[in-house]
Amino acid sequence: MGIVSPGFHGRRRESAGGLPPGQYLTNDFPVLSAGPTPRIPQDEWEFTVTTESGREHRWTWREFLDLPSETPQVDIHCVTKWSKLGTEWQGVSLDVLLADVETEADYALAHSYGGYTTNLPLDDLLDGKAWVVHRYDGEDLEPEHGGPARLLVPHLYFWKSAKWVRGITLLTENEPGFWESAGYHDYGDPWREQRYQGD
Amino acid sequence: MTLRHRQAVHGHVDGNALAGPLSELFAVDVTAAEGRCVNCGLTGPIATLMVYDRAPGMVARCAGCDNVVLRLVRTPDAAWLDLTGMTWLRVQLPTTT
Ligand SMILES: [Zn+2]
Repeated sequence: MGIVSPGFHGRRRESAGGLPPGQYLTNDFPVLSAGPTPRIPQDEWEFTVTTESGREHRWTWREFLDLPSETPQVDIHCVTKWSKLGTEWQGVSLDVLLADVETEADYALAHSYGGYTTNLPLDDLLDGKAWVVHRYDGEDLEPEHGGPARLLVPHLYFWKSAKWVRGITLLTENEPGFWESAGYHDYGDPWREQRYQGD
Repeated sequence: MTLRHRQAVHGHVDGNALAGPLSELFAVDVTAAEGRCVNCGLTGPIATLMVYDRAPGMVARCAGCDNVVLRLVRTPDAAWLDLTGMTWLRVQLPTTT
């Protein structure tokens, strides 16, 4: 079993040079995809947070754009070993989206248009570590990169940053997502090289 | 249309791409075997699945309904094969006498 310790985060590496172990630097932005690219019109897009009691908090595209946004500049690390430094995004912090959500949950399962899922400890979505982003490099996020909006959780391997995100379900028990149920690590910390189960 | 072109247009290749990776696990050529999609019931050779291989693993989807029929993840010391999207797999074998 892998060592999953949700409390082990918050290390500040923004200023640190270098790459996580086993990674190489790339300047382009490879497109990885486990299925056909969903094309979701903005006026049909919705984002839903569902609590463990079934309570739903929902935002339309317009409501989402009205929320205060941030412009995180972050390094991203794909489990297929490429890393890209200093990527610039715009989106809404999960702290904002979860601010009025009452929950006792410790776990989250993000789900996407097209059926993709990925799991994270709820703590890893809070305290300025995660966003729902709709712009990349000054432009609307292209469908190939997860537009209209994707999750951005840069301190974990990039498969956790679900493309085409449509919602987050809060859970009292951990539920493995798409890759986590097929051999990939449950937590996925690139600095501890948690690629596969058992790492 | 070349394979590379098809991938550029559709993002996937056909199930023949599974032949090499699955040959590590099975003595037979599984791409020639027939499988049944658990979602829509479509039956056909594994070679006809749509394989998304520019991903952390190989994801083979039903050509009829896009359902994930097979997933294969290769770690440094193991292969993870998920067949929950498939009702059955029929492998043609030499007739026994
Ligand atoms: Zn099907």
